[in-house]
Amino acid sequence: MGLFADLRDSVSRVTASLFADDSEPKRIGIYGPPNAGKTTLANRIARDWTGDAVGPESHIPHETRRARRKENVEIERNGKTVTIDIVDTPGVTTKVDYSQFLDHDMEKDEAVRRSREATEGVAEAMHWLREDVDGVIYVLDATNDPFTQVNTMLIGIIESRDLPVLILANKTDLDDANIQRVSNAFPQHETIPLSALEGENMDEVYDKIAAYFG
Amino acid sequence: MPETTSSSGDGPQDGVQVDLISTERMNGKTSMEKIRLILDSVREGDIVVLESGLTPDEESKLIEVTMSEINPDGFSGIEIESFPQSETSNTTLLGRLMGAQETSKLTVIGPANQIQSLHKDETLISALISRQ
Ligand SMILES: Nc1nc2c(ncn2[C@@H]2O[C@H](COP(=O)(O)OP(=O)(O)OP(=O)(O)O)[C@@H](O)[C@H]2O)c(=O)[nH]1
Ligand SMILES: [Mg+2]
Repeated sequence: MGLFADLRDSVSRVTASLFADDSEPKRIGIYGPPNAGKTTLANRIARDWTGDAVGPESHIPHETRRARRKENVEIERNGKTVTIDIVDTPGVTTKVDYSQFLDHDMEKDEAVRRSREATEGVAEAMHWLREDVDGVIYVLDATNDPFTQVNTMLIGIIESRDLPVLILANKTDLDDANIQRVSNAFPQHETIPLSALEGENMDEVYDKIAAYFG
Repeated sequence: MPETTSSSGDGPQDGVQVDLISTERMNGKTSMEKIRLILDSVREGDIVVLESGLTPDEESKLIEVTMSEINPDGFSGIEIESFPQSETSNTTLLGRLMGAQETSKLTVIGPANQIQSLHKDETLISALISRQ
């Protein structure tokens, strides 16, 4: 069963890519734990190449609770144009406790609503990762320990689907950012340091996006 | 002391039930049956230890179903830890096409609101469980 399902999946994927319309942009999911800077990055990419933003950023976790898509982002590299759709997803987690939001000066009703939206959004993002994404930008806050179960599971899921993945070590403007720790955690992938907030090292990020997803 | 059993059931309210689920018991179950088995135990407050863990695909479904079952007055999600897949494992598409079996990776899953901490290093997973 599993074998045939896999075979069928891979055959349909191969045929899909053989007959894919070249003008169809690849759908690139921005994944990672809550608060890593995914929306800040998505907004920077969108502003740099389309002029407008994707969604609100916040220091409160689970700010993004619905995946948001920015379509037809045209990135120019070395005289060539790479067109992608970027999908900013809610931070992935295995637990959401509404009481965590009460610390952020929220009423109970609002905290409960926020946590319900967050769980729905994460479920949706997981579903998309299995069905609907052509490549992944995995964003980590380089000041945090990258060796978490969520990161390990997600990278495993991405690898098992053979999706191209770029790992971004974000927040390099902060003193305790540790880029080496991130690249050590996932030595099988390329890690690119950046500050999405300050716009540091975005040129390399765009070079790699073009190379991986073009 | 935690009580250790090999099957799920109603544990005493003041104890913590630990279910050790063998590879044999999981074999032949569909992904959704495995996830149901795990979440039914965890939602009752039990700790589940899987002898051979889940595939990446099943892990992603476990996260998805867990998210859809979280509710403010009861279930706040799961803690999960597993040992890294061993070097010899083959989870690539080609490997799966060739029928390669997942190598076992011991996995511990428990209710987030009852596990105070779940730590791991290369060879040890340690869970600190709170009594209710
Ligand atoms: N210092 C610093 N802060 C950053 C950087 N990128 C993002 N942040 C901050 O980190 C916080 C979270 O940023 P978001 O972009 O909302 O994070 P997210 O990953 O989208 O979070 P969720 O949507 O909740 O999963 C905000 O306060 C950002 O200003 C960075 O490069 N440097
Ligand atoms: Mg966000």
